[in-house]
Amino acid sequence: MLDAARLRRDDGIDVVIGQVNTHDRAEIEALADSLERVPPRQAGTPDDTASEMDLDAVLARRPQLVLVDNLEHTNAPGSRHTRRYQDIEELLSAGIDVYTTLNIQHLESLNDVVAQITGLTVRETVPDRIMDDVDSIELIDLPPDELIRRVREGKVALPEPTARTVHDFFRPGNLTALREMALRRAAAQVDDEMRAYKKAHSIFYSWAATERLLVCISANPLSERLVRAGRRLAEQTDAAWFVVYVETPQTAHLSGAERDRIARTLRLGEELGARTVIVPGQNVADAILHYARAHNVTKIIVGKSLGAGWRDALRRSVVERIIQHSDEINVSVISAPAEHAPRLRHLPPRLHADTRYMLYSIGLVALVTLVGQLVRAIIEPTNVVMVYLLAVVIAATRWGRGPSLLTAGLSVLAFDFFIVPPRLTLAVTDAQYLLTFVGLFGTGLVISTLAAREREQVEAAQRRETYTAALYALSRDLASTIDLNIIIGAAIRHISDLFHCEAAVFLPADETLTMAAHSPDFEDEPQSAAVADWVFRRGQRAGHGTETLNTAQARYLPLKTAQSTLGVVSIRLNEADPPLNSDQERLLQALLSQVALAIEATQLAQNARQAQLLRETEKLQSALLNSVSHNLRTPLVSITGALSSLRDDAGYLDEAAQRELLDTAWEEAERLNHLVGNLLNMTRLEAGAMRLGTTLCDAQDLVGVTLAQMTNRLRHRAVTVDVPGSLPPISIDLVLVAQALVNLVDNAVKYSPPDEPIEICAYEAGPDVLIEVSDHGPGIPPADLKHIFDKFYRVQRLSDVTGSGLGLSISQGIVELHGGRIWAANREGGGTTFTIALPAAVAQPAPQEIQP
Amino acid sequence: MTEPAVRVLIVDDDQAIRRFLRTSLSAHNYAVFEAATGQDALEAVIADKPDVLILDLGLPDIDGLEVTRKLREWSHLPIIILSVREHEDEKIAALDAGADDYLTKPFGVGELLARLRVALRHASTPAEEEAVFMQGDLVVDLARRIVKVAGREVQLTPTEYSLLRVLVTHAGKVLTHHQLLREVWGPGYEDESHLLRVNVSNLRGKLEAEPARPQHILTEPGVGYRFRASS
Repeated sequence: MLDAARLRRDDGIDVVIGQVNTHDRAEIEALADSLERVPPRQAGTPDDTASEMDLDAVLARRPQLVLVDNLEHTNAPGSRHTRRYQDIEELLSAGIDVYTTLNIQHLESLNDVVAQITGLTVRETVPDRIMDDVDSIELIDLPPDELIRRVREGKVALPEPTARTVHDFFRPGNLTALREMALRRAAAQVDDEMRAYKKAHSIFYSWAATERLLVCISANPLSERLVRAGRRLAEQTDAAWFVVYVETPQTAHLSGAERDRIARTLRLGEELGARTVIVPGQNVADAILHYARAHNVTKIIVGKSLGAGWRDALRRSVVERIIQHSDEINVSVISAPAEHAPRLRHLPPRLHADTRYMLYSIGLVALVTLVGQLVRAIIEPTNVVMVYLLAVVIAATRWGRGPSLLTAGLSVLAFDFFIVPPRLTLAVTDAQYLLTFVGLFGTGLVISTLAAREREQVEAAQRRETYTAALYALSRDLASTIDLNIIIGAAIRHISDLFHCEAAVFLPADETLTMAAHSPDFEDEPQSAAVADWVFRRGQRAGHGTETLNTAQARYLPLKTAQSTLGVVSIRLNEADPPLNSDQERLLQALLSQVALAIEATQLAQNARQAQLLRETEKLQSALLNSVSHNLRTPLVSITGALSSLRDDAGYLDEAAQRELLDTAWEEAERLNHLVGNLLNMTRLEAGAMRLGTTLCDAQDLVGVTLAQMTNRLRHRAVTVDVPGSLPPISIDLVLVAQALVNLVDNAVKYSPPDEPIEICAYEAGPDVLIEVSDHGPGIPPADLKHIFDKFYRVQRLSDVTGSGLGLSISQGIVELHGGRIWAANREGGGTTFTIALPAAVAQPAPQEIQP
Repeated sequence: MTEPAVRVLIVDDDQAIRRFLRTSLSAHNYAVFEAATGQDALEAVIADKPDVLILDLGLPDIDGLEVTRKLREWSHLPIIILSVREHEDEKIAALDAGADDYLTKPFGVGELLARLRVALRHASTPAEEEAVFMQGDLVVDLARRIVKVAGREVQLTPTEYSLLRVLVTHAGKVLTHHQLLREVWGPGYEDESHLLRVNVSNLRGKLEAEPARPQHILTEPGVGYRFRASS
């Protein structure tokens, strides 16, 4: 690896060493020293430190190629990932190429074969998908004898545990077998590449009907072997493959350990590249065949364990049934010796669960026996059996399988002991009673099985019902809103209620992930941000109970939809509570998907709103351009015209005409100034860059400043002002609010006849000071009233009135910036009133002074 | 016209503005000097010995505020600031630093001439000398502390009177809130702007015919107050 890396480096590739075992051998050290090394990271507990590859440092260094030894390595506790191959996956997904090494026995799909051949179970396995994804394999091959010789000479570095087992392991037979596996594996890879090459270059490609394999698993430990076998077969035949588990009413009462094993097996299948499915059904064989036909499966793999008792004899019927009905589908049966398939601990379910019901059963049998004693004289013993049967039925339907079996057994004994002559012995004189016993017990057995199955189905239905109800409750909460906060709140509430845990939701905000909400007692941990961030970026779970960053106290799960990861949920179970079982896990997943979908929906809605906003902004921008170019140019036309006339034709103009031209130029220049001021204000309002220099002001002063700014404009206009000095002060930026008022007065001047007065008044109304600007113009058409504050909106009625359509909009912006309101209304008898309402400030006590 | 012309130094980086100011002021018999940067301005003040300075705040090298501060270290030369509406804070800072007045761009030459006259008058004659101030129907007898509106005496509180006295003695000149508060109430009251607001409001109530359209005490929004000068 080091040689190859050096060659690459000489080609100009940026190569660093992430982690390489030199086994303290000088020639390897020398090789490694010729390359740049990323210093290792010290990890693990203080007592037991180990140096691990510094993943973050490598990611930060961003080389083109990194060397990482021993793909199968297990990282020290406290590392981000449990396993080195996960580190490498992260490197790859960051776009960094990796050279790594792997001994063949660590490959997951070969695990059991290796164990069979060598007798050693390799624990550090690497999922086959890693091998599937490699770009190229270089096989490091040595004949076994040569290898053994080198081991003896100490030229092969062995990790400590291996050294102990060196004699067990390094036997020629083992090594030959392993060598063969490695060669085969490499050959398969080369074959794949060859086929890919042929396909890519259309040299030759025969399209074979695609093989599809289905591996049928159960809670039996044999299932893991089935999955591995499936993987090998799938690989050889280049087939798509499924791992299927059928959930039947019988499987509903599996123990937690068995459920876990099933979940583990399914996960193994996933890791090995299968599509895993849980199929509900009444009957395993039928469900499997149905699924197989629906998915065009060509081959079914089932397991069969040998000589493992009558239950297996029963189960064999599943295999036989599948074979019987498989028709065109091939079936492979894989068997395992009995000792490899330890008997499942089949619970006689709930036999111990309800001692109370057991006591009831005993009481019931006692009661029936008592009744039998009383009627013994008048009723035939064989008919008394009917009463016992009734007791069995009652026990089966009311108390379940265990009590009903007990009732059946006790009934047989009690019937024999108390009713059947000779009484008070278990001896039977008349052989026909034996038939009665068998009938009684057999009936009890059948009834109890039927009743129990029904109960189990009911319970399963109830469990599903609970889950459905939980999902429904959440989806109802989620459906009713597109408010992100409500969605997150509902998610946290439902999750923490259902699983009795504390939960928090992390959402991305400005490039970083932050905790958006959490349940009341959620305890954050220092590393939460880092873990959540990793989960968010990778879309994979991490933290407690997972294989990544599992020193965290809480579990971190991605909120994922098909498109993207939208956030992270952190869940902290009570330490006293058991971990979630696979049903709960599935429910949790379902809940999280719902939440993710809801969040996505709000984001889509938001995007739609933003797009709408963008369209409007674009429309506004073009309106702005039109308006600005028009409004800037018009005054300039007048000014340029007037000035050019004065400059070139002064001799022909009398004094009045000159004056007229000058006035025009002057007024237009003022208008231009006003417009530019408005445009600047608009820009700053829109950018949110308006700084308020608020001070306490009197309404009188505000009106005075406004009118003083408009002296020229109001020269020929009557303005009546009614602003009492006793009004409470208002806290405003005087310059800006005066500008708002100037725009209103300007509007009034523009839209009312020159001989009509403009009225300005102010008064107190509730908590506000109101300032009104009224004119005697034609008023505003009611349809336009609500639009007049919109940017560039101009009432289409007086074509000779010039304006930018900005003034009122700016007034509104300024007033709202001060927490005030602005509105327009038509006056009775004609004209418009614009009203500004500004909150009155609490006046500081006026200084008291005595008149001299 | 044997009187020597008043010397004006115009400091603005915009050539068009300098050109129109030069033309207009020369026509009114001012001797006009020009500088385009703050550094040039400081040198020209020594070289050209102007009587009054027209100073743009936005200069390319050192800004107008800094020029004002440097000048005030050694000179009482009247300074009139030019600035745009958006920069109230700079304006106030320059006035508090010792500038005499300001004009918001764009402005008319008439306004500029009035400001120049006021600045020159305050520079040449100490304010207190005018014992009786008369404008329109308002008479303020500074010696006898009597205020009359349309011939009728008006009763003012001591604070109102001292505020009016400060305003009147600086008639035509803008006074910032800080300057007024310090002058009338004394150092330490610079931030008690409500005192000023209430007293200005009371004064207007007593002196102005229409307090919402004041003729005497004008508000310079965001900056301060100005007593209208008789012209």
